[in-house]
Amino acid sequence: MKSSKIAKRGQKAYIYILPWLIGLLVLQLYPFIASFIYSFTNYNAFGKMNFIGLDNYIKLFTKDREFYKSIGVTLKYTLLTVPGKIILSLAVAVMLNKARKGIGIMRTIFYLPSLFGGSIAIALLWKLLFMDSGLINSILNFFRISSISWLGDPKVSLVTLSSLEIWQFGSSMVMFLAALKQVPQSLYEAAGIDGANRAQAFFRITFPQITPILFFTIIMQTINALQNFTSAFVITKGGPVKSTYMLGLKLYNDGFAYYKMGYASASSWIIFMLILVITLILFGTQRYWVFYEDEVK
Amino acid sequence: MSKKTKKKMREAFAYARLIILGLIMVYPLLWMFFASFKSNEEIFGSLRLLPKSFSLQPYIDGWSSAGGINYGKFFFNTFVLVIPTTLLTVLSSTLVAYGFTRFNFKGKKQLFGLLISTLMLPNAVIIIPRYTIFRTLNVIDTYWPFYLAAVFACYPFFTYMLIQFMRGLPYDLDESAYIDGCGTFRVLYQILLPLLKPAIFSAGLFQFLWTYNDYFNSLIYINSVKKFTISLALRLSIDAETVVQWNQVMAMACVAVIPVVILFFVAQKYFVEGVSTTGLKG
Repeated sequence: MKSSKIAKRGQKAYIYILPWLIGLLVLQLYPFIASFIYSFTNYNAFGKMNFIGLDNYIKLFTKDREFYKSIGVTLKYTLLTVPGKIILSLAVAVMLNKARKGIGIMRTIFYLPSLFGGSIAIALLWKLLFMDSGLINSILNFFRISSISWLGDPKVSLVTLSSLEIWQFGSSMVMFLAALKQVPQSLYEAAGIDGANRAQAFFRITFPQITPILFFTIIMQTINALQNFTSAFVITKGGPVKSTYMLGLKLYNDGFAYYKMGYASASSWIIFMLILVITLILFGTQRYWVFYEDEVK
Repeated sequence: MSKKTKKKMREAFAYARLIILGLIMVYPLLWMFFASFKSNEEIFGSLRLLPKSFSLQPYIDGWSSAGGINYGKFFFNTFVLVIPTTLLTVLSSTLVAYGFTRFNFKGKKQLFGLLISTLMLPNAVIIIPRYTIFRTLNVIDTYWPFYLAAVFACYPFFTYMLIQFMRGLPYDLDESAYIDGCGTFRVLYQILLPLLKPAIFSAGLFQFLWTYNDYFNSLIYINSVKKFTISLALRLSIDAETVVQWNQVMAMACVAVIPVVILFFVAQKYFVEGVSTTGLKG
């Protein structure tokens, strides 16, 4: 009788997950499939929709110069921001973890920038700071260094946008800090007895212990970086000469400015494939460096 | 040098590095705050952090600049969008998390797998058909695209976050409540909910923050200026004029981040706990 009661209770779970089930089907699964189908059409948001086979993809790969440029820019942005953010947040977390006083206030200060995240207010601040006559150049000039065209020079514009992203390393840092606090103190004591130095202690004890959270952070940051939109749209509008024309921005322009939604869907699937491949590669590397507590090494 | 002084010096050095880095981190924010009191000329070509005189003029002018509608209205719009979205997200995520953690049902494993995979489903790949759906429903240029996504738990981060938290609560609690004759909803409402409060609060804070800061979705779904949120209005302010009054832009940018700052300092504990226990992006 008892088990039948539990089974009956189990049925009720469907009521609780119903909102999500509807959302999954209508707002996630359906759009996912639909965008794949759109990518083989010339859908233009005004009702017209004909299947045109692989034309969108062929056009992307053979005719659309912007597209290759965008992929390059997006990958470069990811390669600049993800390692930059991870290294900085890890370094600061390690330093903070050792500090005995003032951790709270320091943590707040480092976290503050990521609080405002991708907000427009901060994007505008960045635009102003890095203008030709902005504060950053004024500081450089003060030290007798000549101005750099942070937003106007195609060689540095992407670095400028990356700096905004890296500046927001605080939330990963807070995560790492929490992970560092979890590392059992006894491990260090044992290492001390064995005569390990500080570097050894870090690479043999601390680092392996925090690899799961490190791995997770890298995955999430990569997925976000590959889809970046706001800073490119607000600060540089993709310029100069498309040097910051990221895939997210191209998708927006194609789909929502020119209403070429079929075409934009094709590039959205390229973004998806890019994310998928990179994520799978990262997952593939996992067994070489990520250490999970419950496995025996 | 003795070992002790060496250690002390190393410590002082580490602190110095942290403090310098910290200053670099907050300097842009401080600068933004003080720039909002400067004249437009003073913003450029001066290294001074503090304004020559604190003028509230940029705030007064900036408040009413964009398109004949003032920031009071934009603030109002933002809260009309953000608050229901946050509350609905928290509500639906809690119900779904409850369904997933406290019951055994057919297909649970597969559905949970789907939930996890939606965590990594990029917004970029679903945004166009989603837009089409909302246009068919005739809710473009309203806040319903945000509300509906919240009602139907389409923010898998929060569902996942609450699932993780709820897993940590012992099932004995439910069991004994059932023996006392409670129904499933009462178990959630009376037994689990009080214990879930910190997690729910964290989820709510982050959803508030992300929706408040969001730009991409607002840009796509909202077209008319009278429905603009603060993000959209701020963006408008550098588009509309030929000569951008940067002091006014900075003043309104300060106004825009004030709610976030207040929220952070009031609920700092939940922020830090939320980030560190769930591993969310920030």
